[in-house]
Amino acid sequence: MSANQEMRPVLDAADVGRALTRISHEIVERTRGGDVVLLGIPTRGVPIANRIGERIADVVGHQIPVGSLDITMYRDDLRLRPARALERTELPPGGIDGAVVVLVDDVLFSGRTIRAALDALGDIGRPRSVQLAVLVDRGHRELPIRADYVGKNLPTSLRENVRVQLVEIDGVDGVLLGGPDEEGTPE
Amino acid sequence: MKRHLLSAADLDLPDALLILDTAAELAAVADRPVKKLPTLRGRTVVNLFFEDSTRTRISFEAAAKRLSADVINFAAKGSSVSKGESLKDTALTLEAMGADAVVIRHSASGAPHRLATSGWIRGSVVNAGDGTHEHPTQALLDAFTMRRHLAGGVGDLAGLDVVIVGDVLHSRVARSNVLLLRTLGAKVTLIAPPTLLPVGVELWPCSVSYDLDSSLPTADVVMMLRVQRERMSAAYFPSAREYSRRYGLDVNRMKLLQPHTIVMHPGPMNRGMEIAAEVADSPRSVIVEQVTNGVSVRMAVLYLLLGGSELSDGSNGVPVSEGRPL
Repeated sequence: MSANQEMRPVLDAADVGRALTRISHEIVERTRGGDVVLLGIPTRGVPIANRIGERIADVVGHQIPVGSLDITMYRDDLRLRPARALERTELPPGGIDGAVVVLVDDVLFSGRTIRAALDALGDIGRPRSVQLAVLVDRGHRELPIRADYVGKNLPTSLRENVRVQLVEIDGVDGVLLGGPDEEGTPE
Repeated sequence: MKRHLLSAADLDLPDALLILDTAAELAAVADRPVKKLPTLRGRTVVNLFFEDSTRTRISFEAAAKRLSADVINFAAKGSSVSKGESLKDTALTLEAMGADAVVIRHSASGAPHRLATSGWIRGSVVNAGDGTHEHPTQALLDAFTMRRHLAGGVGDLAGLDVVIVGDVLHSRVARSNVLLLRTLGAKVTLIAPPTLLPVGVELWPCSVSYDLDSSLPTADVVMMLRVQRERMSAAYFPSAREYSRRYGLDVNRMKLLQPHTIVMHPGPMNRGMEIAAEVADSPRSVIVEQVTNGVSVRMAVLYLLLGGSELSDGSNGVPVSEGRPL
């Protein structure tokens, strides 16, 4: 948080809300509401998935399954850092076999998190298809991965940091962009 | 976390909770169609067992394999140890084969400590039971089982009343449990005949009693220890029958327990000796679940010791729970 004063807001709470509403409508349009399972990637992908789930439920008139998928054990950089604590993986009771799984994350950057998530999915079941929704796409992909639903395309330099804030975790909604951060950054 | 797991005393409260929380997440892997994680691919775990063991060895083997590590099983029987090879030479052989972790069970108390501190090997050492000293992963799986049943599966074990009954003198399980349960905030009472209590037990962080019946009505957990006849060179009690009468958990004693109280046993059981068959097979008994939880807890230990990078100071640092700088 020390670098906060150097970070400038690029999306405010209303922008975040509108982006999530638009993503929700796009998901309904593209999948016609059938067999969709939302899986949020911890930490900030989980509340985003829950919010998209609520918005979709408002549109289609029934609840859709929402869960979380921890990808820590599938990361390709595990040996570069000390062992990490695991986050929660919670699959909906119906599982994911045959469903259209929409992975949800806050920021799409190198694509390595999503690569890990695809590996994790393969060990859990066999979805009919897998799609990706992100609040922010900041570019700089290192793998052939793209998002199906993007809240905001944010051109960044590699030295910059993107920080997504959500009411559930940070007490406030918003997206900040700023200079290099000493503490290591969320993707 | 330190680089080795030699004693339950090595674990402070955050470490112990980290292992239990990690184990809780890893327990879900057992319910999945593919019971495997790629995390320790390319790492080698050696199970070095100088003493007989069924569940601990199998449990460590299953844990390592579920994390995709390569497992080499070494049993002293049928190895060069029976030709007189020393622990040092065995260790050097393992080092030459590139072991990243050595899980060791040995009849001599302190053997894992020797292995970890002698400089013979570079990998992590996990104590899987040494003589009458310690068995930290057993204590962790016991704590995990108690937490699941009596603490909602989260947090520490503050206020829990745990009664450990039987052959404390020869029990590495009791020693590790006392240390870990104390760290987690539980209140431990050891109950045994005076002959089966170790010298200096009054200095342990627990209370001691000779009377089983008075402790049962308030207990949340009753852990029965195996009477370890193979370690007994003298007569510690007049007869098996008398021991069983005074310190065995039978159906009548089970009636003294509160409705939620669970009965545990590290195994292998002497049915009819320290625990009656009816008790071992009753709904209160979580003995089979202890074995299941053992795999999850050992996965957590192996992951936390081997899953990350190693820092130059020999520890593997403080775990990071947030931030994915990919």
